[in-house]
Amino acid sequence: MPDKLSAPIARLEASAPLFSGPNWDYASLRQTYDAIERIALDELGLDVYPVQVEVITSEQMLDAYASVGLPLMYRHWSFGKRFAFHETLYRKGLQGLAYEIVINSNPCICYIMEENSMTMQTLVMAHAAFGHNHFFKNNYLFRQWTDAHGMLDYLSFARDYVAKCEERHGIDAVERVLDAAHALKDHGVNRYAHRGKPNLAEEQRRAEEWQAHAEATYNDLWRTVPGAGKGKEDLDAAEARLQEIKRELGLPEENLLYLIEKRAPRLEDWQRELIRIVRLVAQYFYPQKQTQMMNEGCATFVHYEIMRRLHDKGLITEGSMLEFLHSHSSVIFQPDFDDPRFSGINPYALGFAMMSDIQRICQDPTDEDKTWFPDIAGGGNAYGVLRHAWANYRDESFILQYLSPAIIRKFRMFAVSDDSSKPALKVEAIHDDIGYRRIRSALSRQYDLSRREPDIQVVDVDLRGDRCLVLAHYVHDGVLLAEKSCRAVLRHASVLWGYAVKLLEIDAATDKTLKTYEVAQPG
Amino acid sequence: MMNIVDRRPNPKGKSLSNRQRFLARARAEVKSAVQNALRKRKVADVEHGEKVAIPTRGIVEPVFHHSRRTGRAEHVVPGNKEYLRGDEIPRPTGGGGRGGSEGSPDGSGEDAFEFTLSKDEFLDMFFEDLELPDLVKKSLRETFAFDLQRAGYTVTGSPSNLSVRRTMRNSMARRISLRRPKQWELEALREDIEEARQRGDEDEVKKLALELDRAEFRSKIIPYIDPLDVRYNRFERVPRPNTEAVMFCLMDVSGSMTEAMKDLAKRFFMLLHVFLIRRYRHVDVVFIRHTSTAEEVDEETFFYSRETGGTVVSTALEKMLEVARARYPTDRWNIYAAQASDGDNYGADSGRCVSLLGGEVLPICQYFAYVEVGDGMGGSLTGLARDSDLWRAYSEVAPAHPHFAMRRVGDPSQIFSVFHELFAKGGVRA
Repeated sequence: MPDKLSAPIARLEASAPLFSGPNWDYASLRQTYDAIERIALDELGLDVYPVQVEVITSEQMLDAYASVGLPLMYRHWSFGKRFAFHETLYRKGLQGLAYEIVINSNPCICYIMEENSMTMQTLVMAHAAFGHNHFFKNNYLFRQWTDAHGMLDYLSFARDYVAKCEERHGIDAVERVLDAAHALKDHGVNRYAHRGKPNLAEEQRRAEEWQAHAEATYNDLWRTVPGAGKGKEDLDAAEARLQEIKRELGLPEENLLYLIEKRAPRLEDWQRELIRIVRLVAQYFYPQKQTQMMNEGCATFVHYEIMRRLHDKGLITEGSMLEFLHSHSSVIFQPDFDDPRFSGINPYALGFAMMSDIQRICQDPTDEDKTWFPDIAGGGNAYGVLRHAWANYRDESFILQYLSPAIIRKFRMFAVSDDSSKPALKVEAIHDDIGYRRIRSALSRQYDLSRREPDIQVVDVDLRGDRCLVLAHYVHDGVLLAEKSCRAVLRHASVLWGYAVKLLEIDAATDKTLKTYEVAQPG
Repeated sequence: MMNIVDRRPNPKGKSLSNRQRFLARARAEVKSAVQNALRKRKVADVEHGEKVAIPTRGIVEPVFHHSRRTGRAEHVVPGNKEYLRGDEIPRPTGGGGRGGSEGSPDGSGEDAFEFTLSKDEFLDMFFEDLELPDLVKKSLRETFAFDLQRAGYTVTGSPSNLSVRRTMRNSMARRISLRRPKQWELEALREDIEEARQRGDEDEVKKLALELDRAEFRSKIIPYIDPLDVRYNRFERVPRPNTEAVMFCLMDVSGSMTEAMKDLAKRFFMLLHVFLIRRYRHVDVVFIRHTSTAEEVDEETFFYSRETGGTVVSTALEKMLEVARARYPTDRWNIYAAQASDGDNYGADSGRCVSLLGGEVLPICQYFAYVEVGDGMGGSLTGLARDSDLWRAYSEVAPAHPHFAMRRVGDPSQIFSVFHELFAKGGVRA
């Protein structure tokens, strides 16, 4: 923000509102943005990418919905399906459109709809252009996993590449590959940062060390030990070779798409590239899936603080403030579990409540807070604590660290255990002294992506036999895969692999195989 | 610093091709859904889109996900009111999102996928396997109208077709390549001479004057615009296919036609009209009603005014021939006709109808559909119901004319299927 200091700060103290009435124009957008920017940077201490605000129509917003929130996307029927679905909901009035969409890129692109009122545009800019933007720029997952600078370029490459493939190989052929890759896309992300490339020098050094070790411990006597037959040695050697091959293939491998892209025997180059595109797009969304609650909480908290401060300074009118509060409170509304509107915990509600709660603990702690959060309670520097949390946690760890008894009471949370072998659900913990910790850890697990998504790995490719790809689903707590969709996904996988695909459900605790799926080689 | 970009003028409908692909993929399902929807639908709505629900088969996007029916899980949900630790809650039935904490992953729990078809998509689906019989005119003296279409440039032509841009482009290219001195270059030379003269530098003046002479000479022999540069827009005459159609609606409005029957007839006419305007650029509609006499009327009168009187069907056919001869010569117009009646006719008139129809009306028509409307008896009872006078008479004509079709309709719900049968590809005939 180069010219942050050049404008006189005193202007902020002016008590004339920035705008009045519902209509927006470019001048007031810009002016309001400047006012928000000063609050966000100077008072909240946010650190953001440069912003590009783009005005779009509701129809374009629907388009953006369909392509999973990205401004450009390759063509695929599933996006058409999503479009048809949202359009119907929208036209029937069952679903309002989001006020904004924000893209994690540099510059940060923030879409606002033309039909929003000026108050809503202010809210949207505070929410997206500063809240989300700060989160994108600072959270460790985004820093580690996504390349904010290159995403849009990559998407435009992807779109053109898919179009070219369609031209050359036909829409159906491309669709087959994309369908199959989409089915596996949740298993196409690297969960651990950059696996180091095998370093030749390193490998050689290790080989020499082994050699030296073998020579140093060589004892001719072992040769004379009876019992180990010659045949067995051969077998061992064969087994070792196999292990070697497996190691070279990088097995076990949890990134299914990666393994298929690199190793599937029958794919052509363009098909591998398509798989790569799907894989990289999935990877782009990987941090978002893990931080949705925090991300929305951060943005909601930021817009709330900014709007409050704008109002305190007299920069927005009472009317605007009421309009803002109306939409703010509907955004953070949390229906109870027995409410027909209930569809899980609202990430905005929980996120905003936790952020505000941290602020409260820092500034005005109770005795309870002092016991639960001795390091931050009463510390005063609420924004500093929040910025630290936004940068270094994801939903799961954030809840485990910061969910306070006050929030559990406020939401009246309770934990129910659902054991399929028993006829009824059982309440395990409620919002009382004994229950807080259990609820906190249960809720944290609920946000843990590695528990939400099945743990599936490639364990073997039967190179000696029929090249069958063997996947394993490690079963935790006895939760198996849904059968129908599992078969369908395996069929897709076999299309890509080119040979038969097998999936074993293995109990992670006992190593027992509970169930086996097999899909024959595609015809 | 912030940047504002207005994206509103960007091309809309980015999702259109994705949507078409989706529809193509779900074609079979969508089609049967459309057929189902049609049964419930009024003709007046035929121009609107339709909400359809299709089974997810074929458009599922499967992913690996946990089955909710196995194993143990613990959920945290908000809004506790009465539960204490250790309470047991009966398992919610239905297995939906209720009671649990996660929605079903990516729609895999849905049984039907609901969305809205636009009007065009709907009609496309509906008319997909229908075709207009005899789209090719049989008449040999068919004349084409001509359209002018741009076809590049030519070096000859009438001044009105002069392409100024192309001409100037050529001229400029020629002037640059032949290095014709520009006006300002001449001016500059003259000024230089003047300056040199004032300085008294005679040698310089002489040199410059020579240069100026040469330049002026060049600018004289190299014309600004040469006939070589001139280009004219070229147009080609392309024959325009006959894209005009007229639709004759003939209806019996005598006392024996009840409101319900008229309504049935109206539905049929409307459907035919929608069908025609999808095929032809311009469709005229002529309404002819008859009792014992026939007259051409406007739509309002046609459907809603009440008339009493006898029934002489041939008058309507005569009227139609008269109008066609006067306004719709067959070389320019594709003629379609639909007749609706309850089948009553003045006894002696049927013979005349047959000869008119077979001898004069059918030869000029692309297609003639006769729909006999009954009051709820239903076409399904044809075998039992006594054939009407007109039905018997027309049955004589039908075999010889493939583009003549007759059907019975007794109930609004049959309209679509009857229409479908009439225009199904491959032509079903009565």
